Amino acid sequence: MANPVVMMRTPAETALIERFAAEKASLPGASQARAEAFARFEAKGLPSKRIESYHYTDVRNLMRTVAPVANDAVAGETMTLDGFPRLGFTNGRWQGGDAPAGVTVVPLADAYRDGLAPGLGMGEATDIVVDLNTAFARDGVAIRVAAGAEARLHLAFSEKTSAPASILPRVIVEIGEGASLMLVATHQGPAGIAYQVNEVVELRLGKQAKVEHVRLNLSGDKAMVLSSVAATLGDEAELQTTQIALGGEVCRHQVFVTYQGENAKAAIRGATMLRGHQHHDTTLVVDHAVPHGESRELFRTVVDGSAHGVFQGKIIVRPHAQKTDGQMASNALLLSDDAGMSNKPELEIFADDVVCAHGATCGSLDENQLFYLQARGLPRKVAEALLVEAFVGEVLETVSDDGLRETLAGLVSEWMRARAVS
Amino acid sequence: MLEIKNLHVEIDGKKILNGLNLTVKAGEVAAIMGPNGSGKSTLSYVIAGKEDYTVTEGEILLDGVNVLEMEPHERAHAGLFLAFQYPLEIPGVATMTFLKAALNAQAKSRGEDELSPGEFMKRVREAAGQLGINPDMLKRPLNVGFSGGEKKRMEILQMSLLAPKMAILDETDSGLDIDALRIVAEGVNAHRDPNHAFLVITHYQRLLDHIRPDTVHVMAKGQIVRTGGPEIALELEERGYAEYLGNAA
Repeated sequence: MANPVVMMRTPAETALIERFAAEKASLPGASQARAEAFARFEAKGLPSKRIESYHYTDVRNLMRTVAPVANDAVAGETMTLDGFPRLGFTNGRWQGGDAPAGVTVVPLADAYRDGLAPGLGMGEATDIVVDLNTAFARDGVAIRVAAGAEARLHLAFSEKTSAPASILPRVIVEIGEGASLMLVATHQGPAGIAYQVNEVVELRLGKQAKVEHVRLNLSGDKAMVLSSVAATLGDEAELQTTQIALGGEVCRHQVFVTYQGENAKAAIRGATMLRGHQHHDTTLVVDHAVPHGESRELFRTVVDGSAHGVFQGKIIVRPHAQKTDGQMASNALLLSDDAGMSNKPELEIFADDVVCAHGATCGSLDENQLFYLQARGLPRKVAEALLVEAFVGEVLETVSDDGLRETLAGLVSEWMRARAVS
Repeated sequence: MLEIKNLHVEIDGKKILNGLNLTVKAGEVAAIMGPNGSGKSTLSYVIAGKEDYTVTEGEILLDGVNVLEMEPHERAHAGLFLAFQYPLEIPGVATMTFLKAALNAQAKSRGEDELSPGEFMKRVREAAGQLGINPDMLKRPLNVGFSGGEKKRMEILQMSLLAPKMAILDETDSGLDIDALRIVAEGVNAHRDPNHAFLVITHYQRLLDHIRPDTVHVMAKGQIVRTGGPEIALELEERGYAEYLGNAA
C-alpha cells in the first residue's frame, strides 16, 4: 500500500480553511452536514488531476486563490423569460419574487434552520466541490412543489460584482408525488471579472414526479463556474436536465443522478459552445441503484479557437439493477486546429440483464457537406453556421417550451455570427 | 455561355483533365458521354469549385468571366448550378430551411429583397408538385433517408427554384427508375429556353431519349475526343467506348 501523499496546502486551500474557522459559527443551520463536508475537504484538499474524475480539470491548480464573499451589488442584466414566474438572485442571494401556485419558496438559511438537511442521495460517492458548497452555502432557496401541482419557474441568477468574488448558492427542490415542474435557471455575470461560482442544485423527485430542468450558462468570460446538479428519482419519476453553456472561462458542470425508485427515467443533455481559451468540463455520474431504470444522455460540444471541451459520462449499474436501459452519446465538433476535446464515456455494469450503449465522436465539419451548401450559393461562413446550428439543434429541440427554445437557438446563432466577423 | 479552354486538372499529383476544351452556347443542351474514369465528374466538380482539385492550366469562362477566381458560392450567384451525382445528406437541416437559405443568399447577391414567406412557400409547392415531390419530404432534414430517386428529384427542385443560367447535371440518371427519369427530364425540359444552357453528363444514352441534346461530346482520358449531334449517343449505345479508350490522349 502506498504511503499517503502529503501535499502542501495551496493558498486557496489555506484560505478556505481559515474562512471556515471564521464563518462556522455564523453559517445558518445544517451544522453537522457542513462539518462532515468540510472535514472531507480538509482531508483531501481541492481536487487535482491526480483524482481520476478531475483529470482534465485540475481545480487545485486552476483555483489559485479564493475570492472573498460577494458583498457589492452593481448594476447588471437579469434575464426574463415569457411565461415563467421569476425568482431573481443577485450574487446567489434570493431577491424575492412571487412563487406560483403550488410552490413554496423559502431562503435556504431559513429552511436549514427549520431542519431541512442538504442531502444528495449520492450514496458513498462524494465530491469535494459539492462538499465545499455544502460547507459554505448561505444563499439560495429551498423550493417545494406540492404533490400533484404543475408549475413553471425561472431562477434568474445574476452575478453583480465589480471585483473577484465567490458565490456559493444552493437550491434544494423537492417535487412532490405526481407533481410536475419546468425549472429554468439562467446564469449571467460581468465580463472581465474573475468571480468564482460553486453552485449546487438538488432535485428530489418524489414518486411519479416530472421535472424538466434547463440551465443556461451565460457567465462572464473570466468566471470560474463549478455547478452541480444532484438528483434523486423516486418510483416512476422522470427527469430531464439540459445545460446550454456558452459562458465562463473555466467551467465544470456535474450531474449526479441516483435512481432510488423503480421505473424511473432520466434524460441528461447538454449543448456547449466554446471559443477563445475557454475550458468546459461536463461530468456525469448516473447511478442505477434499482431495477428498471432508463437513462439517456445526449451531449453536443462545439469547440473553436484554442478552447477545450471535456465530457466524462459514467453509468453505474448496481448488481440488483436488472433491466436497466442506458444510452449515452457525446459528439464534439472541432472548428479550429487548436480546439480540443476529451471524451470519456464509462460504463460500470454489475448486473447481467441490462441494455447499455455509449458512443463518443469527435470531428470537424464535413467538407463535402460544406461544398454542397456553398454550391447552392451559401457563403462558407453561412454554410458552417447552418451545420453547427443543426449539430447543437438536436439538443435544443428537446426543450419543450417554444419561447425558450427560440431564445436558446438565437444565442447559438449569435455565437456563430460573432465567429463569422472575428 | 460556358467556355472551357485548355483545362488541365490534377488531384493529389495525378492528372485527370488534360487540356479539355468545351463550349456550351446559350440555349444549348450539350451532353458529355464517356466511360468511367474519363474525368466527367472531375470536370463537373472543378466547374462548381470543389477545393480538392488543382487547376494547373486553362480557364473556365461563364459569359466571359473566369470562374476559377471565384468561391463556390460566388459561382452559384453567377448562375452556375451543379446537380450532384451523389447529393449530400445534411442531418438537422430541414429541407425548407435549406431551400430558403439558398434562395435568399442568391437574392441577396443580386441586391434583391428576400422572398416573402408566402411567395417562397408558393414557389416551392408549385415546383415540388411538378416533380412529384411529397410536401412532407420538405419538412424532413435535407436528403436524409431519401431514396436515390428522391435525392435526384430534390436536385432538380433546387435547380427549378434557383433558375441558373448554366446547369450541369452529373449522372442525374444514375439510380433512377424509368418514371423518375421521365419526371426529372421533364423538369429539365421545362427550363429549356434561349437564355438557359445545360450540360448533361451521363454514362448511358437512356437519359438523352428524354432530354434531347443539341450537341454530344465524347470524353475520354480527360479530353473531349469527339463532338457531334445526338446520333453519337446512339452510336455509343451500340458500339460502346472501346474505340476511344485505345487511341485517345
